[in-house]
Amino acid sequence: MSGLALFWRRFRRNTAAVGGLVVLLLIVGAAVFGPVLHPVDPFDMLGRPTQPPSARFLLGTDVSGRDILAGLLHGARVSLVVGIVASLAATVVGLLVGAVAGYYGGVIDNLLMRATDFFLTIPSFVLAIVIVAIFQPSIFTVTAAIATVSWPSVARLVRGEFIAQRDRDYVRACRALGMRDWEIILRQILPNALPPVIVVSSLMVATAILTESGLSFLGLSDPDVVSWGYQIGVGRSVLRVAWWMSAIPGVTILVTVLAINLVGEGLNDALNPRVQQR
Amino acid sequence: MTAPVLEARDLAKRFPVAGGFGGPKRVVHALSGVSLSVAAGETLAVVGESGCGKSTLANCLTGLMEPSGGSLLLEGADVAGILRDDPMRFRRRVQIVFQDPYASLNPRRSVGDTVADALRIHRLAPRARRRTRVAELLAEVGLAPEHLDRYPHELSGGQRQRVAIARALAVEPAVVVCDEPVSALDVSIQAQVINLLRDIQARRGVAYVFISHNLALVRHIARRIAVMYLGQVVELGDAAVLRRRMLHPYSRALFAAAPEIGRPSHDPDRPPPLSGDVPSPIDPPSGCRFHTRCPHAEARCGAEEPALRAVDDRLVRCHLAEGFSIPKEP
Amino acid sequence: MTALLQVEGLSVHFDTVRGVVRAVEDLSFAVERGQTVALVGESGSGKSTAALSLLRLLPPGAGRIAGGRVLLDGRDLLALPARDLRQVRGAAVGMIFQDPMMALNPVHTVGRQIAETLHHHLGQRGAAAEARVVELLRRVQVPAPEQRMRQYPHNLSGGMRQRVMMAMALACRPSLLIADEPTTALDVTVQAQVLSLIDELKAELGMAVLLITHDLGVVWETAQRVVVLYAGRKVEEGPVTEILTRPRHPYTAGLLRAAEWREDGGRLAEIPGSVPSPHAMPPGCAFAPRCPLADDRCRAAIPPIRPIGPAHTAACFRAEAA
Repeated sequence: MSGLALFWRRFRRNTAAVGGLVVLLLIVGAAVFGPVLHPVDPFDMLGRPTQPPSARFLLGTDVSGRDILAGLLHGARVSLVVGIVASLAATVVGLLVGAVAGYYGGVIDNLLMRATDFFLTIPSFVLAIVIVAIFQPSIFTVTAAIATVSWPSVARLVRGEFIAQRDRDYVRACRALGMRDWEIILRQILPNALPPVIVVSSLMVATAILTESGLSFLGLSDPDVVSWGYQIGVGRSVLRVAWWMSAIPGVTILVTVLAINLVGEGLNDALNPRVQQR
Repeated sequence: MTAPVLEARDLAKRFPVAGGFGGPKRVVHALSGVSLSVAAGETLAVVGESGCGKSTLANCLTGLMEPSGGSLLLEGADVAGILRDDPMRFRRRVQIVFQDPYASLNPRRSVGDTVADALRIHRLAPRARRRTRVAELLAEVGLAPEHLDRYPHELSGGQRQRVAIARALAVEPAVVVCDEPVSALDVSIQAQVINLLRDIQARRGVAYVFISHNLALVRHIARRIAVMYLGQVVELGDAAVLRRRMLHPYSRALFAAAPEIGRPSHDPDRPPPLSGDVPSPIDPPSGCRFHTRCPHAEARCGAEEPALRAVDDRLVRCHLAEGFSIPKEP
Repeated sequence: MTALLQVEGLSVHFDTVRGVVRAVEDLSFAVERGQTVALVGESGSGKSTAALSLLRLLPPGAGRIAGGRVLLDGRDLLALPARDLRQVRGAAVGMIFQDPMMALNPVHTVGRQIAETLHHHLGQRGAAAEARVVELLRRVQVPAPEQRMRQYPHNLSGGMRQRVMMAMALACRPSLLIADEPTTALDVTVQAQVLSLIDELKAELGMAVLLITHDLGVVWETAQRVVVLYAGRKVEEGPVTEILTRPRHPYTAGLLRAAEWREDGGRLAEIPGSVPSPHAMPPGCAFAPRCPLADDRCRAAIPPIRPIGPAHTAACFRAEAA
């Protein structure tokens, strides 16, 4: 049986993870096809402000009379893209730093880990706010800020994996063959170190979405795009008369993050050799 | 005698160890003044117990570890220089096979890829011919072409060790350091692998440095034997000479301690078992390193370190060696 | 007089996704008082599983005892309530393992761990228990026992740890010691010390020893009887001097020949192939695919255990030809 089929068989056993995957696929589908199926500009003021859900506005309108459903669908694109791109960037940086530190050890390890610790000791949300505030808020700076605060935990994890693997006999055999360091790192050790990293990175997408929402709630996001956090921020002032305005994007964030966490847990169970079954 | 392919001269390896909270830095003397050599096509066995430095020796001989002192010569040329100027030349001449074939193969690489890596790195077969060449190498170690696409977890221990041997042979080395190559295997499989190594040597003329703690096996496979204790060679000579009689009290005790089928329970020639454990290599005993456990030790043994010297056709590191040789007929 | 330990038809099965694995099948043997019996086999032979099953020590989920009886002094250990069984473990039967580091608690001193055994089984505590700990350590030839008992397992060498395990196993003067590969992790010179210590204590306490090992040399030097296992079944049993010099089962014979490291460096007599997968056992004799003597009968039916000579049995249709 191929590795992928075996992986799917293990993953399938976890009902919650499969449920999470279905929900996540629905959200991704909504982000991709939603604006096509519901072609409404989320910034257009189309009707009376603060309407409850109705036939014309399925999820109602916000304080400026904008369609909340359109905002939700466009926001899904922003949240998912920011979450995934930031996590990917953080994973790549974390892998590089962790692999080099773990493989070479010594002075290089010391320098890289002190730098990592510097980022780990500052509360990440505060650091993200500072970065976005210094550079102009835009999709790019928000993504970069989230990646900047996320890579150190990946680096720590990867370093540990590399330290555990670097003196294994298969690595020594490669050294005895004269294999170059970069090839040992990328082709030999990395595939063995990857499973826990995949799990952590998938969970990181959820954290990144939360961070992005937090930033845009505070108005520290790109003013030219609608995002879920921004919608909550808009609805906040009328929370007592129009609770749904904040609740709808809030529940969406909750469901998305929960789905990603369930999938991440499922990946952990399927990839972690300690809980593998015969 | 043919010129040695690989030779260690006065090799030393020291490791610093942290000395606990605020304690002084201490040093493990893993190897001290080890001199030995292996000639083309022959097998030199290195035998000793844990802590004798045999694994460190394997690491130093294969360039995986830099010695702290002494020198290593490959076909007469200084290995430190080769590793600096043309490391691939050294890697092609000296290869290693490890003890545990579960650990020495990358679990996420197929057998074919693992062996092909060796060919690719050293540009020994063009991409198009590589798979055929790997199949030939696998056939040489007794594996079928269908094993090419298998992963290590799909193979038995003996098959994995065959893959590890094929990987080492791929670069056509002059010397293969075998670090306990069969001790992780079952007895019935050990014989298969030992026979395989023997056939390969007969066919390719490769030299082996065979590191082992299995004394009966060492006597079977080696042309020359080096016995090590606490980082030093204590006895070194032709297997035929050592089989007749060992002179160092440690070698004698070591070979006597190995259980042997068919030996009478109260053999009068069998030295009594040694008492105590091997001392720590951090602060090895003064004088002769074996004097703390030696049944024959005298005052001189604790004070003065014996040199490795020629007695009765072999080298031995013992002040009293002459006393243990077979008395000459008058 | 009945034997001290009588194992009858012991079967241990593992339920896996790919079906039931018969790790031990229909195993019977006896250990007489004061005798050393060796249970010998390679990996996958089921020897350790069998040894652990005797005291129902298999980890949960790792296998279930599918049948048989284990009689210690006439009492069936497999039918005993858990409470009574705990009194048997460590008291009537002592056990030592290959890796003492796994069996010792790293955060307690070795003295305390021995004292716990004394307290648990004999109710001893305080100064009396401490004096007994020192005495036990001295008996297993630990030098300076007063100091050693205050040390932690990681301060001790492998040989010393195995001695501490023996002191614990012997604390209640057991009538049987089960030793599972006790010297496999030790160097030969230390192995010799531990084996001769087991022999001395056996004579002194009059206990029997069930030795689980893969090393036929160790069997020769320590045991009186030997039970050879292959793929979960007993293939041959008899006195050590007989089995190791005149084996009648082709597997035993092959094992002995494969380890005949002759000094001329000639080819070794290898056993071809490898142990069959527990998921794909051949229908007849499990050794038939590797056996030089196998014929159609061997491939069709499982050979029964039958007497071959005085106190010598083998499970082979062709034992007379070996």
